Amino acid sequence: MNVQRGVELVVGLFVLAGIAALMVMALQWSNFGPSRVAGYEITARFDNVGGLSVQSPVKLAGLTIGRVDSIEIHPETFQAEVRMVIDDKYDNLPTDSFANIYTAGLLGAQYVEISPGGALESLEDGDRITMTQSAIILESVVSKFLFDKAKE
Amino acid sequence: MNAALNSIARLGRMVLDGAQHAGSMALFAIELAWVLIPTWSRPRDILQQVYAAGVLSLVIILVAGGFVGLVLGLQGYNILSNFNASESLGVMVALSLVRELGPVVAALLFAGRAGSAITAEIALMKTTEQLAALEMMAVDPMRRVIGPRFWGAMIAVPLLAAMFSLVGIIGGYLIGVVVLGVDQASYWGQIREQMEAWDDVGGGAIKSVAFGAVIALISVYEGYRAEPTASGMARATTQTVVLSSLAVLGLDFVMTAFMFGA
Repeated sequence: MNVQRGVELVVGLFVLAGIAALMVMALQWSNFGPSRVAGYEITARFDNVGGLSVQSPVKLAGLTIGRVDSIEIHPETFQAEVRMVIDDKYDNLPTDSFANIYTAGLLGAQYVEISPGGALESLEDGDRITMTQSAIILESVVSKFLFDKAKE
Repeated sequence: MNAALNSIARLGRMVLDGAQHAGSMALFAIELAWVLIPTWSRPRDILQQVYAAGVLSLVIILVAGGFVGLVLGLQGYNILSNFNASESLGVMVALSLVRELGPVVAALLFAGRAGSAITAEIALMKTTEQLAALEMMAVDPMRRVIGPRFWGAMIAVPLLAAMFSLVGIIGGYLIGVVVLGVDQASYWGQIREQMEAWDDVGGGAIKSVAFGAVIALISVYEGYRAEPTASGMARATTQTVVLSSLAVLGLDFVMTAFMFGA
C-alpha cells in the first residue's frame, strides 16, 4: 500500500511537471496571438509596407504597444491600409503622431514605429494616422545610390 | 544465372516480409484500439506504467535536454554573433527546441530507454508463457498487459518532450546569458515576441503525441509478436529501437512539412 502510494505521488508530480512545462512555454514565453492585445484600433495608409505582416509589432519608443491586425489595399488610393490594435494602456497618443515602418536590425523583421506628435487630442478607436513613411526597400536605396554615383 | 535469380528472389522476399510486417502491425493496432478505452477501467495499471516508462526516464531526458540546450546556445551564439544578432539567440534556441529537437530527441531517447524495455518485458512474458497463462485464466492480456503499457508510453512521451524543451531553453540561457553575456531581457523578450502559443508550442505538442503513439504501438507490437526464444527477444528489442527511431524521424518530416511548410 505504501509503495503504491509513493508511485502514485511520483506519477502525479511527473504529469503536473510535464503539463506545467507546456503551459509555461505556451502561456508565459510565447505571444498569445491577437487575443492578448485587447485594445483599440487605429489605421494608417502606407505607400509600401515592405515585409510587414499581420502580427508584426507596433512600437512606441522601442517598446511593443500593439500588433498589426490586418493589411489590405485601400480601393481608391491603392495604398496599403494597415489596421493596428493598440493596448488600451496607451490611449493618449496624439492625433498628429507619425507612423514609420522600420526594420529590426539589418535583416530582422519589420515593425511599425509610432512617433508621437504634439497635438492635445488623442487618437481614438477607428482613427487614422495620416502621416506615414513607407518601408525602406533596400533595392531602391541601392539603385538610387548607384544612379547618383553615375551622375557625378 | 542462378545466383542472379536468387538475389532477385531474396529482394522479393524482403519486400513481402516487410509488407506482411506492416499489415500485421496494422491489424494489431485495430485489435489494440478496441481495448484502449476499456483499459481505463483499471487506472492503477496505467499509472504503474507511466511510472516505469515516464518517471524513470526523467533523468536521461532532463540531462540530455540540458546538454542539447547548452550546445545550441554555444553554436547559435557563434553563428549569430557574426551577424551582430546575438540578441536573437533566445528565439533560435527556443524555436529549434520547441518545434523540432524537443519532440524528436525526447522520442528517440524514449524509444531507446523505455520502448526497448516494454518490448523486452512483453517478449519475456510471452517466452515464459505468462501471456498464455493469463488467457487460460480468462484474463485478456491485451487489456491487462498490452493496453496499460501502450497508454503509459503514450502519456509519458509528450510530457517528457515538454520538459526536455523547457530544460533546453534554460540550458541555452545559462550558456548564452550567464556565460557569454547576451542581454538577458532580449533573450526572453525575443522568445516572447516570436514564439507562438498555438503554432509553435502546440505544433510541437501535437508532434510529440504522435511520436508517443507510434513508439508505444511499435514497442508493444514487437514484444507481443516476438518469437518466444532468447534470440527472438533480442531481435524484437533491436527491432523496436530501429523501427521507432526511423518512424519518428520519417513522421517528423511529414508533420513538419504539413505544419510549418508552405
